[in-house]
Amino acid sequence: MSSKVTRISNWIDYRLPIISMMKHELNEYPTPKNLNYWWNFGSLAGIVLMVMIISGIFLAMHYDPNTKNAFDSVEHIMRDVNGGWFLRYLHMNGASMFFIVVYIHIFRGMYYGSYKYPRELLWILGVVILLLMMATAFMGYVLPWGQMSFWGATVITNLFSAFPFGDSIVEWLWGGYSVDNPTLNRFFALHYLFPFLIVGVVFLHLIALHQHGSNNPLGIDRKEPRDSIPFHPYYTVKDLFGLGIFAFIWAFFIFFAPNFFGEPDNYIEADPLVTPPHIVPEWYFLPFYAILRSIPHKVAGVLAMVGAIFVLFFLPWLDTCKVRSAKFRPIYKKLFWLFVVNCFVLGFVGAHSPDEVFYYLGGMSNQELGQITTILYFAFFIIAVPLLGMFEKTTPLPASISEPVNRGGDRRKKSRQEAAA
Amino acid sequence: MTKATAPGKTITRRNFLTLTAGAVGAIGTAKLIWPFINSMNPSADVLAQSTTDVDLSPIAEGQGITVIWRGKPIFIRHRTKQEIAEAERTPMADLLDPQPDSDRVKKGKDQWLVLIGICTHLGCIPTGQAPNSNRGKYDGWYCPCHGSLYDTSGRVRRGPAPTNLVVPPYVFTDGSNIRIGVEEETTNV
Ligand code: HEM
Ligand code: FES
Repeated sequence: MSSKVTRISNWIDYRLPIISMMKHELNEYPTPKNLNYWWNFGSLAGIVLMVMIISGIFLAMHYDPNTKNAFDSVEHIMRDVNGGWFLRYLHMNGASMFFIVVYIHIFRGMYYGSYKYPRELLWILGVVILLLMMATAFMGYVLPWGQMSFWGATVITNLFSAFPFGDSIVEWLWGGYSVDNPTLNRFFALHYLFPFLIVGVVFLHLIALHQHGSNNPLGIDRKEPRDSIPFHPYYTVKDLFGLGIFAFIWAFFIFFAPNFFGEPDNYIEADPLVTPPHIVPEWYFLPFYAILRSIPHKVAGVLAMVGAIFVLFFLPWLDTCKVRSAKFRPIYKKLFWLFVVNCFVLGFVGAHSPDEVFYYLGGMSNQELGQITTILYFAFFIIAVPLLGMFEKTTPLPASISEPVNRGGDRRKKSRQEAAA
Repeated sequence: MTKATAPGKTITRRNFLTLTAGAVGAIGTAKLIWPFINSMNPSADVLAQSTTDVDLSPIAEGQGITVIWRGKPIFIRHRTKQEIAEAERTPMADLLDPQPDSDRVKKGKDQWLVLIGICTHLGCIPTGQAPNSNRGKYDGWYCPCHGSLYDTSGRVRRGPAPTNLVVPPYVFTDGSNIRIGVEEETTNV
């Protein structure tokens, strides 16, 4: 029986070497043996992407991308379609989960220097994925055609009016003189397409990853065979364990707090004549929205917002320090955590109205807080990181991955040898 | 034609054919892409909804109404004497996008202010149309999104909006009717 299976798989593999390729990439793929749980988030992102595509395709079977019916068709999914509420809440919270996972994945890369030589292209492909995800999520959020869908779409498409020929570009994006039926139709077509583009870029991302293998918490290259273990079963099991915990969290939101990440205004049907008093994007855009708003000049604001993401493309060259991991970079490590905190403060700023005043910050307005945190955001990349590359004194690196891991064992062995002598 | 450019490097018939074939191919590809891009521009039926007629007679002094033209809200305000005076008195130096009030209304009809009711920042609809709604410090309109303020001529007085509310093309078809979407010249009054 099993020899029959082997014969068939050999027959296929001889003609289409897909089986040996999978075996090579998954089974034999040598992986540093010291990866910690922060390395789970890459595979989690891949799994979320698959779930988003599958749940999205099933939603699309009931969704109607016409301004007259879109809002009602989403309510139809929620109330009438069998299990439709589950599909929608899975998809809706899935978008938030996707961004949580990917943001952690990016911060992981920044902390352990995974963007440095020879993984620059791997990093750049990751930033491309982030941009595609943002476009996908933005267009998906327009589909339910609520007030936030409509006004979010209006404000974001209008960002393009800051550029030369802006008005023609915006009318081209809309297919009309305002966000309307042609806009909804094309957003649906593209929202369906983009996730598959993401799959394509993820493949390139993985090819680049497998070329030089994973970075690791020490940020040093593997030197000896005992530094590596095969991906399967060691990391398949670890990834599955992480998935179990992650699935619990996702399920918690689906079943107990499905609208936690959402805006109540999006359950009001889009009204092109009434702007809601307080427009906010989804939480994952808030830091960038804060940067846009804190600059009181239209073109400069748009450029700063776009620049906040594009600066990531240049990170491999802004950081000239040869040591990858923050473990051995005492100052970078502190600044990294300040940067993370600053991102959260930017998110907070984006969620509040610009005119708000915080008495516990000595009467600082939200506008001013946004300006300070925007400057800090860019200062991290453009001033701190390049200067640290020149002046930071790093601590000594271990000789190999196995050295610190096996230190206990080596010491015991040495004392045994001494006792024998 | 040119024969030799550098010693030992001649332009052959094959070079020429490659270049011309490549150029024709590139132009052809560009021409093929254009219909795809152009298909996303406003379609004929959207363009056809290009004018809107409004009867101004029921609008009382001090009142404003909102009509729709090309899917956009149009603010029409019947300004009071005081609002007109306020708009005319404002010195140009106080304006972010200087423009006299007289350029924003029709001659002899300065009680009628007609504006595209879309904030020139990022496209929200300012408040100030409904009675008792927030008109902001300059008695015009207030944009709830990022706080821009407009005066009684629809001119921006506080950013982030970079320019004044836009006056759409319109004409008086008779004493109290307007047609939005056409310029002066194209109509026979
Ligand atoms: C990268 C993966 C994806 C992301 C991040 C994403 C994100 C989103 C978001 C944020 C929404 C709005 C949810 C709401 O507020 O109701 C949405 C709706 C929707 N998405 Fe996706 N999506 C993805 C993939 C897909 C795919 C592959 C399809 C396939 C057709 C799809 C179909 C839909 C449909 C039909 C809706 C409207 C129904 C609804 O609003 O629940 N999505 N998507
Ligand atoms: S859209 Fe009106 S102030 Fe930004």
